[in-house]
Amino acid sequence: MTTSTVLAAAGSVPTGEAVTFWILAPLALIGGIGMVAARNAVHSALWLVLTMLCLGVFYVLQAGPFIGMVQIIVYTGAIMMLFLFVLMLVGRDSTDSLIETLRGQRVAAIVLGLGFAGLVGTGLYQALDRTNTVGLDQVNAEGNVQGIARLLFTKYVFAFELTSALLITAAVGAMVLAHVERRKQDKVDQVSTMKARFAPGNYPGPKPGPGVFATSSSVATPARLPDGRLTDRSTPAILPQRELTAEETSLKGTDK
Amino acid sequence: MSPIYLAQDPTLADFGRDPWWLVLGKIVFAFAFGLLATLLGVWFERRVVGYMQVRPGPNQVGPFGLLQTLADGLKMAFKEDILPKAADKVVYFFAPTISVICAVTALSVVPFGPMVSIFGHHTPLQVTDVPVAVLLLLACSSMGVYGIVLGGWASGSTYPLLGGLRSSAQMISYEVAMGLSIVAVFMTAGTMSTSGIVAAQGDGTQLTIFGQTVPAPGWYAILLLPSFIIFFIATVGETNRAPFDLPEAESELVAGFMTEYSSLKFALFMLSEYVAMVTMSAVTTTLFLGGWRAPWPITIWEGANSGWWPMLWFFGKVIALVFVFVWLRGTLPRLRYDQFMRLGWKVLLPINLVWILVLSGLRSIEDWDTRGKVIAVGIPAGILLIATIFWPSRKPKPKPTTQEQVDNRPHGSFPLPPMDLQVPPSPRITRVVAEREPANIVAGSDSREV
Repeated sequence: MTTSTVLAAAGSVPTGEAVTFWILAPLALIGGIGMVAARNAVHSALWLVLTMLCLGVFYVLQAGPFIGMVQIIVYTGAIMMLFLFVLMLVGRDSTDSLIETLRGQRVAAIVLGLGFAGLVGTGLYQALDRTNTVGLDQVNAEGNVQGIARLLFTKYVFAFELTSALLITAAVGAMVLAHVERRKQDKVDQVSTMKARFAPGNYPGPKPGPGVFATSSSVATPARLPDGRLTDRSTPAILPQRELTAEETSLKGTDK
Repeated sequence: MSPIYLAQDPTLADFGRDPWWLVLGKIVFAFAFGLLATLLGVWFERRVVGYMQVRPGPNQVGPFGLLQTLADGLKMAFKEDILPKAADKVVYFFAPTISVICAVTALSVVPFGPMVSIFGHHTPLQVTDVPVAVLLLLACSSMGVYGIVLGGWASGSTYPLLGGLRSSAQMISYEVAMGLSIVAVFMTAGTMSTSGIVAAQGDGTQLTIFGQTVPAPGWYAILLLPSFIIFFIATVGETNRAPFDLPEAESELVAGFMTEYSSLKFALFMLSEYVAMVTMSAVTTTLFLGGWRAPWPITIWEGANSGWWPMLWFFGKVIALVFVFVWLRGTLPRLRYDQFMRLGWKVLLPINLVWILVLSGLRSIEDWDTRGKVIAVGIPAGILLIATIFWPSRKPKPKPTTQEQVDNRPHGSFPLPPMDLQVPPSPRITRVVAEREPANIVAGSDSREV
């Protein structure tokens, strides 16, 4: 608001800036509308990328090259990329369903959105209306990057550090939630696996197949070990083990 | 340094004054450089890898096979352009173009040479320069990821999607390491403009050794060696080149994100890969290897850094770096994905952070007196030394011998054969040999009782 007023008052919007603005401003708007309107989540993200790129160019146009480039690197390059990453993991065929689960959700969203826009707009207007603008040339007198660095590390250093503390807390919190504690002794290596295999009470050989040395070829029939004992290691755990009845074990009378 | 020498260095004020035809000419030159570098780069890579693998490489089309890439490109243009049924058509179409545009755009802030005179115009050999030119390079490389990721997603197939996902995670991780190594350059050069960084690498301090004045190296590759190494490793990761070519790992993902691509779109992806490689070599040259400045023995000649000569040094350095890229591909096997991520986050990043801390510490004590400097450097160095000496060493316990391990087994363990078991030769072997008689088949004989 203020910048444009100052520039307009001075009557010094260069042609190049005006042309770029009128090309990119509709694109930015289309990006915003497309972001809301697109059915596919990835398309939504791409529309948002378009808007962010346009914003980045606008910052550069307004003599803020640093913030413009950071906008592109951080927001478009890193954050939107992470969004895309998650969206792709979700799957490409998951489109939004337009069935409203909450009654009056759309109206409430529009009203709240307008209210939020009004709040931000009036807040900005109130904050910037009484500010004495000095002009971009004076702001960038010692260089755009140097000017930002000076402000960031002198006047706003506390806010800056607070933000970084917030980010670190968030990152550590995410790590704590996602981290699975695994101590060194919990790791199973090849040597300990072998020792457990040959330990007393364990049979190191392969499991006997079902029906091996058995009196019947059924899967449920336990195998016999070489010493003649029955073993339940050959039968699946879900099958009930039972002794065969006398009728089942007797000859069926089919052979003459 | 003579005043003429200094006048060759372009400053930010020298940009934005060219007539339109000169700007157009520079843009066309940068673009043509990218395309030509791809044509020659593919040939160069195949020849060098061929030499390393003791085979000739392409040698049929044109002298030394130079036109092989051109022939391949023409063939590719005439191939059928396949659009998979499950593809997201618009995104599928745009993905390769995004890749190429980002790769080529980065060339616009690379300084090819100092101020030269073109048709009476005194102009720097660089398309443009801005106070945040290096950030522009970073932005281009981070936007270039979109091409790969979207290409993988839009193909509507599993392998490309996996390749795209790998690529996005990979590039984000390695961009962090890359950005942090550039921080050291910013701190030393005091500027983010590429021409400014090249200028800052020119004036090395003069050392006097045994009465001889030797110019100390101004290259950041020597002054900021850790940053240079990490930057170059990150560059290899950023351009998806071997050994970090996980997004297109042939043995796992067919061709990764470009599995479904064919014809010109595939050619665009290839183009973007090679342009990115050349661009990254050019950026590394600019940031760490003195840009277009002549290396030491040539600088004895007064006119080495003026006129059009620097372009030659620049191209020489770029070709040397491209050779290193090819060399890495010819030498190293591909990393596993978890090893790759561990290298990025647990090795490169911490080293970089510590190095930046040390560097900023050194810079902040720069204008102290000698005693203060000695104390400021000596105390941390001493603490570090004592810590390394008295650090409790974790010597691994001596491994028990096999006999001890056997003796220590609990009672009732599965019996083992004796350690000195002598397996007697099987009696069956001799019998088998003895029983078999040589087959005696006589052609035309009546007695065929074999």
